[in-house]
Amino acid sequence: MTDILEVSGLSFAYPNGHAVLDDLDLRLASGERVALLGPNGAGKTTLALHLNGIHRADAGSIRVAGIELDDDTLTEIRRRVGMVFQDADDQLFMPTVAEDVGFGPANLGLSGAERDARVAEALSMVGAEGFGPRSPHHLSGGEKRRIALATVLAMRPDLVVMDEPTSGLDPAGRRELSDLLAGLDHAQLLITHDLPFALEVCPRSVIVSQGRVVADGVTAELLADTELLAAHRLELPFGFDPSFLTGRSAA
Amino acid sequence: MHAPDGFLNVGTAVATGALSLGLLGMAARQAGDELADKQIPLAGLSAAFIFAGQMVNFPVAAGTSGHLLGGALAAVLLGPRLGALVVAIVVFVQALVFADGGLTALGYNTLNMAIVPAFGGYACYTFFRRFLPANRSGVVGATGLAAMLSVVLSAVAFSLQWLFGATAPVAFDDVFGAMVGVHLLIGIGEGVISALVVSAVLAARPDLVFGARDLPKADLVGEARVPARVFVAGALVASLLVATVVAQFASGDPDGLETVAEEQGFAESGRDHALDSSIFADYATQGVDNEALSLAIAGVGGTLLTLVVGFGVFRAVGSTSGRRLT
Amino acid sequence: MGAGHTHDLHVPGDSIVHRTAPEAKLVAAFVFVLAVAVTPRREVWAFAGYAVLAVVWVVASGIGPRRTITRLAVILPFITFAFFLPFIGGGDTTDVAGFELSTEGLWGTWNVLTKAVLGATTSIVLASTTPVPEIVRGLERLRMPRLVTGIISFMFRYLGVITAELGRMRTAMIARGHDPRWLWQAKPIASSAGAMFVRSYERGERVHAAMLARGFRGTMPTFDDRRAEPTDWLRAALIPALAVSLALGGLLT
Ligand SMILES: Nc1ncnc2c1ncn2[C@@H]1O[C@H](COP(=O)(O)OP(=O)(O)O)[C@@H](O)[C@H]1O
Ligand SMILES: [Mg+2]
Repeated sequence: MTDILEVSGLSFAYPNGHAVLDDLDLRLASGERVALLGPNGAGKTTLALHLNGIHRADAGSIRVAGIELDDDTLTEIRRRVGMVFQDADDQLFMPTVAEDVGFGPANLGLSGAERDARVAEALSMVGAEGFGPRSPHHLSGGEKRRIALATVLAMRPDLVVMDEPTSGLDPAGRRELSDLLAGLDHAQLLITHDLPFALEVCPRSVIVSQGRVVADGVTAELLADTELLAAHRLELPFGFDPSFLTGRSAA
Repeated sequence: MHAPDGFLNVGTAVATGALSLGLLGMAARQAGDELADKQIPLAGLSAAFIFAGQMVNFPVAAGTSGHLLGGALAAVLLGPRLGALVVAIVVFVQALVFADGGLTALGYNTLNMAIVPAFGGYACYTFFRRFLPANRSGVVGATGLAAMLSVVLSAVAFSLQWLFGATAPVAFDDVFGAMVGVHLLIGIGEGVISALVVSAVLAARPDLVFGARDLPKADLVGEARVPARVFVAGALVASLLVATVVAQFASGDPDGLETVAEEQGFAESGRDHALDSSIFADYATQGVDNEALSLAIAGVGGTLLTLVVGFGVFRAVGSTSGRRLT
Repeated sequence: MGAGHTHDLHVPGDSIVHRTAPEAKLVAAFVFVLAVAVTPRREVWAFAGYAVLAVVWVVASGIGPRRTITRLAVILPFITFAFFLPFIGGGDTTDVAGFELSTEGLWGTWNVLTKAVLGATTSIVLASTTPVPEIVRGLERLRMPRLVTGIISFMFRYLGVITAELGRMRTAMIARGHDPRWLWQAKPIASSAGAMFVRSYERGERVHAAMLARGFRGTMPTFDDRRAEPTDWLRAALIPALAVSLALGGLLT
């Protein structure tokens, strides 16, 4: 089976000259869940914004489901890559949840009953049936995150990219989210520095530092490598039992 | 300045409505060319910012407070076209959803609160920039002066509309004098706050200030050397000067503008000059022979009086409904 | 935060006014206010008629007299101005309780007062019975450019977010003992407003990215399948139709 995502040789500098991505390679198989780990400023968000063409690379290429990203395929790629932004308030910009979830399908040319069906389908996938008429402004953090996920699921993407999905969630909200993500069939790239969350949801992890991939492997093994983590400003939470990791990686 | 329904006559409402619509249509098209598909989210967020900014209470004097009008500030930050559009939308929503300003008054309210301060304010801004250093202090200082004058320009615009559309027998001269006098004072606050806001934006993201786009980033960093206290003092002096000039103008007899209006058959109820019965009647002071001097004294006195009255009003209403004072 | 503007002026309910389609209500409100505005000030009976109609509107919408009157406070500054007119107006005078007041000035007060109150009451009925997204939708159905309705819609979506952020900044200042009393002490508040602009603008850029990511290409899609029924228009037309006949009566006499 072909990989759902192939990033090769990706380099990018912001217009102010700040070079953020440096010859970055990354592949994801379809249905695979991968955690993208890295310290603040590593370039994770910048990479994510490349995956559906918000930023355009200076060098290198991105292929999604075998389709190379360029001006002609931009619309198609944006449908295939569902991007969930870090701040749900940025993502939920319409007056009601239903209109927000329907925004993507509407841009794909769907309307009427067809679009309503998409909205209902996406809301039920995130367990938010009946949220349609509500205003995004008045939702809790966890609800916002789930609705934000629904807004991209409504476009039936091949790959879901989430930027810091657990930031600002309480433990229960985090728990619900990890269950939800583990239950989805979509390939997922989850950007986070919440290492236990990565361990819970993603069998494989990639560590990015200074715009390059510096490690790629089984999550439990990477997290057990204290030197590697320390070198890239990653830390397991206080009190986390490392033997739990060795047990997992041996299994 | 959110005038309610029936404040000016129907002809003026319709004429200013058509003018506002035309100008905003042009502004929207040109701003749209510049921003392309970013226009809706950026203008929407900017409108939310202006709306919220108008609700912020600033200290004025002795614990009383006022609030921002924001037309010139929007123009310096966003450019006159997008600025006018955004403030106009705020004015429209305030009338429609908050009953703040009449629906049939939208034409002149939009003109006076959005279009005149944005375009007029920006014109003043470019004018002052010529005389000020091409750096952060220059941008901040020009913003302050332009914002102050933009409020006065709105008052002038309103007075001119009164000339054509008055609904009560108060002479143009009186409306003009009173409006400009009061708005000179309001303008000081507007100028100080707008300058400080632009200064803060320059400190964080100089590239976001439309009016500073011509300057290299290196010239925009560093502390702006326009202390607020100096600015307040300068603005007070400036307003006294303008008041003197206004006094000269207002005493002109026969009044040029009004004569024109009458000849054109526009002036309806503004016709009765009735200067004698007016409390602002004839700015000249008794007992001073030199006419220019007496007018000057009257102007300065009027400004000081306005200051005192304005202060009293601020004290009385300021704490509860500071937002509504204009 | 200043007095007045809160974000939810909508009063939930199920009155006949609530149930009428927003575009019909918008047109009704504009026609009514226009009829009031064109009516010559001396046609007192016509204004009495409008007042009856406005009261009927308020009662039918079930928003209650107290709420209506409280919200009418926004027009107070102008009403205050109107009360000066008899004193500063010229022309013939009338003796009122021993004062020589300008007759035209008195009519001026009456004119501004009645029209402002009737106009504001109309907006209040509209805003109280129609949630903002519905108002925006109504405007869209009345062919207001999608650019403008889009901006309005975004403005309302983020107004609460921004005022909440401003409120937090303000709290943080007060918590550190900041209590400005004079204009030249306004710098911290103005700086927080400046920071707010930067945050708003940057959020605008992020929202734009989020829109692009879901296939936005410059035009807001419409989510509007419902149209006003003829019954909506009939219901909404009742009061403005009566108002227009009053206005015509007033203009012709
Ligand atoms: N719009 C921008 N312009 C210039 N530099 C930026 C911009 N956005 C991010 N950066 C810089 O790029 C680097 C990577 O940022 P980002 O991709 O957000 O990192 P991460 O998500 O891994 O924390 C940081 O040093 C950041 O300061
Ligand atoms: Mg990031």
